[in-house]
Amino acid sequence: MMTAPEPNLIRIDDREIPFVHGETIMDAALAADVYIPHLCHFPGITPQGNCKLCTVEVDGKPLTACTSPAAAGQQIRNNIPELNEARKVLTQMLFIEGNHICPSCEKTGNCALQAMAYHLGMLHQHFPQQFPEREVDASHPTIMLDRIRCILCSLCVRASQEVDGKNVFAIAGRGIHASLIVNTASGKLVDSDLEPSDLAARICPVGAILIKEHGYDAPIGKRIFDQHKISEIGLEKIYIAGAKSDDS
Amino acid sequence: MTEHLHLLHILHELQQKHRYISEESICEVAAQLSLPVSQVRAVVAFYAFFYSTPCGHYHILFSNCTSCGYRAGGTDLIRMLSQKLSVNIGQTRKDGQLSIHETSCIGMCDHGASLLINGVPLIHLDSEKIEQITDLIEADKPLNEWPLDWFHIKDHIYKRGLLLEGDLPAGDGLRAMLARGREETLTEITQSKLRGRGGAGFSTGLKWHLCQQATGEAHYVVCNADEGEPGTFKDRMLLQQHADALLEGMTICAYVIGAYQGFIYLRGEYRYLLPHLQATLLHRRKLGLLGTAILGQTGFDFDIDIVVGAGAYICGEESALIESLEGKPGIPRSRPPFPVAHGYLGQPTVVNNVETFIAATHIVCNGSEWFTAAGTTESTGSKLLSISGDCAAPGIYEYSFGVTIQQVLEECGADNVQAVQVGGPAGTLLDQTAFHRQIAFEDVGTGGSFMIFNRERDILAIIHQFAAFFAHESCGFCTPCRVGTTLLKQGLNKIIIGQGARNDMAELQRVSELVRRYSHCGLGHTAANPILDGLQHFPQAFEQQLTQYDFTARFELDAALQEARQLTQHDDKGAHLKQEGD
Repeated sequence: MMTAPEPNLIRIDDREIPFVHGETIMDAALAADVYIPHLCHFPGITPQGNCKLCTVEVDGKPLTACTSPAAAGQQIRNNIPELNEARKVLTQMLFIEGNHICPSCEKTGNCALQAMAYHLGMLHQHFPQQFPEREVDASHPTIMLDRIRCILCSLCVRASQEVDGKNVFAIAGRGIHASLIVNTASGKLVDSDLEPSDLAARICPVGAILIKEHGYDAPIGKRIFDQHKISEIGLEKIYIAGAKSDDS
Repeated sequence: MTEHLHLLHILHELQQKHRYISEESICEVAAQLSLPVSQVRAVVAFYAFFYSTPCGHYHILFSNCTSCGYRAGGTDLIRMLSQKLSVNIGQTRKDGQLSIHETSCIGMCDHGASLLINGVPLIHLDSEKIEQITDLIEADKPLNEWPLDWFHIKDHIYKRGLLLEGDLPAGDGLRAMLARGREETLTEITQSKLRGRGGAGFSTGLKWHLCQQATGEAHYVVCNADEGEPGTFKDRMLLQQHADALLEGMTICAYVIGAYQGFIYLRGEYRYLLPHLQATLLHRRKLGLLGTAILGQTGFDFDIDIVVGAGAYICGEESALIESLEGKPGIPRSRPPFPVAHGYLGQPTVVNNVETFIAATHIVCNGSEWFTAAGTTESTGSKLLSISGDCAAPGIYEYSFGVTIQQVLEECGADNVQAVQVGGPAGTLLDQTAFHRQIAFEDVGTGGSFMIFNRERDILAIIHQFAAFFAHESCGFCTPCRVGTTLLKQGLNKIIIGQGARNDMAELQRVSELVRRYSHCGLGHTAANPILDGLQHFPQAFEQQLTQYDFTARFELDAALQEARQLTQHDDKGAHLKQEGD
């Protein structure tokens, strides 16, 4: 007896979504215009699953959508109150872990962390501020690194290695003491080969890596998340352009 | 041997030589091994036994475990020593003579309060010994002139079962395996229903089968001797007394899966066992039980290197262990793919616990029926328990699976028991209503840790100690564990210092559940267990510390103004907030 070939479909909430073998749940969702909140994922870069915001329930089990392979017949819950509440708490944790000075940060309105907080209805930081001491690196002539705003998503680490063909960043330290480091003998950005046109310099979802001398090119009110919701699919292109310097 | 070129070993040498690892050294090592500077820097920052500022000539690490820690005898010995020697905990004295730090459990739980001095365990600490240590350090006496018995680690074995009863002559397991043949041997292991002794309980036969079937350029056998779960010390004894059976188990596995290279990943706290293990390896090579053409069998080639860790509990997680073997920070990988298909250097790898390999050797010698005759249907064979805490005879006990907690407590001489922590902080905290339960994968599972707390113990302080342990050992990769474990530690502290309200208990519950459900690996999944168990079984321990309010601030307002009072040099009544009852 002939059996019909297994259709490559997964169900996310109330939608049947096709996928190609080898795709992750996140890949399939984005291709079908289904938003799964995420901060450390960026299409085209090897996923890592460290922020945990994209956690979905696959047949009842919590898995990160960005690292879990799609498999036929998966029943996935995504946009449900329990998960969105957990995502909000994770976002609060990211806020209190660093020092996110939204009103005075150049990234305000272009910041994915800030937009995520709005998206998830986060009205306060809830947890006690941790006030870590993390070094500012202003040594580079055109790029600035303020580690206190870093959420350890490692996108710059991966973008530098995988897209720019360099290896400028790494994450060092353990637990709450983890922080972004620069792969130079001095540990300073100025001695690296990072350039403002590199994806690693533009991919930062927060205000940890900033292009110098381009403050407030777009005025408040006309910034990315003033005009778009973070839940829109395919914002990455605008995002990269938004952080781009004129000379690149 | 690649052992000498391993990043962790090179850094250990530098740490020994200079008492820290300088930025200059980091750059030199990176150049020497052709590694990115950032990788070497990240490794130095990750492992607790590497320091970026100089340690003292005498470098002292007090265990902070509830069983072998500095408070195990009731007195705060770390504070005592630091006061006598005029050095702050966590710092190096100005003259460079000494430094005193805390470290996670060093596996000396059957020897009372213990410490590592320049990497060597010193046991049975008490106030008197602290006095003597003070004098020896101030007199600058070299360690080899200190009393020898302070460093003599005896094993206390109080109950022997399947594995500890008989001794297998070296080579018997291998000869039995060759007689059975490769597939027959695997069948025997599978039929024995042996499950991983590290605690997770995955079928050993299935693991070996999956690895054997996986394709790769090379296959590897790795022994997880990173016995870091507080309260566990059975592998310490096995490595000392049953190294041959362990190496034989690894060699059997190598033959079954087709591996030529194996590794023992030894926790840094057990570095003192290294000479013994190396001598055993050498002896086995001489006997033709390791190396090329083992037992004269052409093509049966296998050898084992030892890689020593440097203070990181997370490296007991198998994929973090593999990362560490590869000379990287011990950050757990995303799974799938699993190590059986994609392990060391991306190749099929079996990672098993010390006790698992030893059990495998015995099964190959004695047959699976001999093994399944003991234990329960789902948990066959025996389990070595490391029993510590409040009992007359702390030590190693080998029981058949299925033994009740009550029976264990009776046999080790524990009375007036308030609670038992089975499986270490990552395991289960039980009150007396659960003492009828059984040690078994299907009931109360354990990697071997069995810690007993009597009614004089402060349960909340113990839970706080466990929370601090996880916050210290979290690798920092994922948000819920990295931030959550620190928030849990702080939340408990708020209750302990009397600033907690009922709301704080609910908050602990909420954050605990999030950390448990959303973390990346087993560390995060289990880090909140002591708090969740505590809230469920010992709510009164929390409640008696609470204020009567629904909510209180994390800080005390008047105390927070102390700095302002100092700066303005006003400390009269007007400089204080009105207190209750004023």
